[in-house]
Amino acid sequence: MYQLTKKNKDFILESVLTINGLFSAIAVGLIFIFVTRESLPAIHLKGWAFFIDKSWYPLEGQFNVLPMIAGTIFVSLGALILASPLGLFSAIFISFYAHGSLAWPFRRVVELYAGLPSVIFGFWGLMKLVPMLNEIRPPGQSLLAGILILALMIFPIITLNLMANFRPSSKKYYRVALSLGMRKSTYIWSILLPSLKQQIVGAMILALGRAMGETMAVLMVCGNIVKMPTSIFDPIRTLTANIALEMAYAMNEHRSALFFTGLILFLLIFVLISVADFWRRHESWKE
Amino acid sequence: MNQNKYPWVKELGCKPCCELKPKIKIKNLSLSYGKRQIFEDINLEINTGCVTGIIGPSACGKSSFISCLNRMIEVVPSAKVSGDVLIDGKSIFDSRLDLNELRKKVGIVFQEPTPLPLSIESNIILPLKEHKFDHISERVEKALRDVGLWNEVKNILKEPANYLSGGQKQRLCMARTIALGPEIILMDEPCSSLDPISTDVVEKLIHDLKGKYTIIIITHNLAQARRVCDFVATFWYDGEKEIGQIIEFGRCIDIFENPKNKIVQDYVGGLKG
Repeated sequence: MYQLTKKNKDFILESVLTINGLFSAIAVGLIFIFVTRESLPAIHLKGWAFFIDKSWYPLEGQFNVLPMIAGTIFVSLGALILASPLGLFSAIFISFYAHGSLAWPFRRVVELYAGLPSVIFGFWGLMKLVPMLNEIRPPGQSLLAGILILALMIFPIITLNLMANFRPSSKKYYRVALSLGMRKSTYIWSILLPSLKQQIVGAMILALGRAMGETMAVLMVCGNIVKMPTSIFDPIRTLTANIALEMAYAMNEHRSALFFTGLILFLLIFVLISVADFWRRHESWKE
Repeated sequence: MNQNKYPWVKELGCKPCCELKPKIKIKNLSLSYGKRQIFEDINLEINTGCVTGIIGPSACGKSSFISCLNRMIEVVPSAKVSGDVLIDGKSIFDSRLDLNELRKKVGIVFQEPTPLPLSIESNIILPLKEHKFDHISERVEKALRDVGLWNEVKNILKEPANYLSGGQKQRLCMARTIALGPEIILMDEPCSSLDPISTDVVEKLIHDLKGKYTIIIITHNLAQARRVCDFVATFWYDGEKEIGQIIEFGRCIDIFENPKNKIVQDYVGGLKG
């Protein structure tokens, strides 16, 4: 009897987990199908014109998405370049250098950062950062403003992720390193970080995905002019901001073209994750 | 060396290397983790060049005790140590002492083989560079030869250390410790996760190291203690006082063949464990 119950418990748990897993996989699949289906009319109608039209003028039937793809990539990569060292150094500081009483508040602040709604970042950016940039080089609402705001938003993701990875690996090797009379800095730079290469890249990819998908904050500080940026002080429009700005009134071809922007975003993130995964597999094979 | 002066050298058939000159003097050493007292007022003298075994059941403070000797105990935040440990007459708790130098001088080999997640050679090179040694590649080769690992790894030095087997990993950890030229080597059950063949290699190594280094080894294997040690300290947990203490210390042969303490008699006789 007891055996049977134990088996049943296992079966129930397994079923619940399987259903959960299937549900999330199917949900993503369905969203992909929906977005693709909705963008098909525009793809049929425009085809390659999405990449060679004059610009994005929905009223004139012009739908060039390249400036927005570029905007999205520049702003996210720029943010990642700033946020990576910031996130890494914060994680190292909190994990190894902040003393007990100092580490706790720092950790909480970083967690707070990660949980802060993006509209607050956007609001602060619009009120404080943009006017400051405007003084350096008008109009202030620019690629640079987007990069700075996004960097602030994504660095805590990197920090928290790395701190979670530092803990288990730390205990074992830290003790060994100290017992060999090594300094903390040698341990961190020559042992810990090289051993966590995959996890560091993983954290960066997660942050990059978040940056690419961010809508509200970039919409508020980037200026939203559809134009290929030639300097970091130029305004840009991202794919996400484009959808958010125009979906409310878009119809027919325009609406379908917006779904196409969504599809591109979907594919960009898919490619990003696949490349990261491929790299990780390659690295773990080497080990 | 005059064998009459050190009769046990002959009796044990080990290398004539012991000198009755204390390398380490432990004075009233006490340790507590938070409110829990682990051991209290331990006094012990460890002789230069000898192998001193620490035997006794689990959880009576043996590992904590040797961790005090290179101050690795300080990694545990709640640990509080009092008393003194003198190495060559100098206190290791002196505030002017360079902790990294102390740990270079007093090496430790842990129970579990823990190579760093680096290549085989980097495991030895990194600590050597940290302590600014020169002739690094010669030192790496010598250390690996000393532990009998050179022939096994000389063609795979750049491969990750995790490729090695358990016994090889433990010998690599020993090579890493020896390469730094310590004066004292602490070993915390170095053979507990090894098979009999690797254990044999490690024991032979301890025999070879004897005389050059002062060795303190914790072991649960009484036969092993008997084979490798010159002196033995028996730790026991005092149930009344709820602390660990050394109940008998003496020459290996005395502890095993003529122990004075009743508990030790039963323990080495296999009646108590």
